[in-house]
Amino acid sequence: MSLWEYANPKKFMQVSAGVLPWMAGLTGLCLGVGLIWGFFFTPDDFRQGSTVKIIFLHVPSAMMAINAWVMMLVASLIWLVRRHHVSALAARAAAPVGLTFTAIALVTGALWGQPMWGTWWAWDPRLTAFLILALFYLGYIALWQAVEDPDTAADLTAVMCMVGSVFALLSRYAVKFWNQGLHQDSTILKVGEKDPIAPVFYVPLVVCIFGFVLLFVALVLMRTRTEIRARRLSALLARERLA
Amino acid sequence: MKALLLRDVRLAIRAGGGFGLGLAFFLLVAVLVPLGVGPEPATLAKIAPGILWVGALLACLLSLDRIFALDFEDGSLDLLATAPIPLEGVVAIKAFAHWLVTGLPLTLVAPVLAVLLNLPGPGYLWLVVSLLAGTPALSVIGAFGAALVVGVKRGGLLLSLLVLPLYVPTLIFGAEVVKRGASGTEVSVPLLLLAGITAGAVALLPFAAAAALRVNLR
Amino acid sequence: MMPDLGRYAVAVLSSYGASLAMLVALVALTWWRGARVKRQLAEVEARQARATKGEP
Repeated sequence: MSLWEYANPKKFMQVSAGVLPWMAGLTGLCLGVGLIWGFFFTPDDFRQGSTVKIIFLHVPSAMMAINAWVMMLVASLIWLVRRHHVSALAARAAAPVGLTFTAIALVTGALWGQPMWGTWWAWDPRLTAFLILALFYLGYIALWQAVEDPDTAADLTAVMCMVGSVFALLSRYAVKFWNQGLHQDSTILKVGEKDPIAPVFYVPLVVCIFGFVLLFVALVLMRTRTEIRARRLSALLARERLA
Repeated sequence: MKALLLRDVRLAIRAGGGFGLGLAFFLLVAVLVPLGVGPEPATLAKIAPGILWVGALLACLLSLDRIFALDFEDGSLDLLATAPIPLEGVVAIKAFAHWLVTGLPLTLVAPVLAVLLNLPGPGYLWLVVSLLAGTPALSVIGAFGAALVVGVKRGGLLLSLLVLPLYVPTLIFGAEVVKRGASGTEVSVPLLLLAGITAGAVALLPFAAAAALRVNLR
Repeated sequence: MMPDLGRYAVAVLSSYGASLAMLVALVALTWWRGARVKRQLAEVEARQARATKGEP
């Protein structure tokens, strides 16, 4: 029994069909509980007022926006090394999800920044790096759509994803160098240190993060299934034209 | 290899395409920005480093799709792929040729345009130095982007979308060098980082570009 | 039931609104395209199954 068995499209379709309903249910549960808890049952922060509630959307989506790119990078590497089609299709499936998460992080950040920093947008390193990340997602998606042959597209996007990852990291440090930021540091992993995030916010936040992770996995599974079907569909249509 | 370099340079100059166009575009940027921003010398002096770098970057972008597209269409890229030089070498030479006909002329005319934008005196030297150190990276990154989209019909817009985010670190450090140079502060840190990016890009990206070309020629 | 959001009500509500709208749109698009591709594939598979059965 090896992990690579799931790279067989048929096996993947079987397993994912079984897993998906549970995944979707759990996603709904986690997100529902987390967001309702966060929205209705958390107190106001003494400095930020009620805007602290935005954290339950902002932090999970920002985390998953980056993690989605990392997942695409890993899937692309697997495709390049082991030529498993499911892997390439999963990378393709993840990109729009990652882009949406990036957009959510940017929009919620702007809406939070307006009352707190007094501006919708500041050319802060984190914000700028996220905008650049969004551009990378756009380029990646556009390249997938532009190249007609599916295997060529998978190869090219995989190479682009690898090079893009390096440059995304470089950009992250370049913008840090370029401008000192307004954005506070992440406090998620600072429990137990000084100035941690208060437990009243921490617990629902963790639930929301789990919800976003599950949402990402569920959406990627759904989209990968669709991509596999679309690939089979175009293969069948091609065979029909030949006959 | 030398023959390939000479051929590419000659084609670029003779066909009248990329060579003059990029420079003219650069000139236009330097003329249009003051028209849009207003003629106050202080304002212009402040934004001159950024404008010159963005202008150089966009001018470089204009001629990128010519690096491989013409050779791909008439089949000479297939010949180059089976030639005794490795494809990585072909990419490096073509990127070098692109730099010779765009990056180098841009670097040379930049000080002239800097006069139009009222760049402060000490900035001129650093403008030339930063462009010399940075434009090779622009050409190599551009060659990688061009290799990705070489099989795509009308890939020009896609090429810009792919390449411009990759230009971000070069732009940031390049403009920073000029900005610091113009205000007379220490420039060595951004300059070294800029040169480091160029060195890394020149060393590694030809391999990625050659891989992309092989996929496209399959 | 509705918590008192104070003077930041607009920011909080619009963040939740915009984010949920984007998520719902993403899920709906995924769902819709998935269902469409599944239906088309079923059609083509059925057609080809008929064709191969009818041939000999």
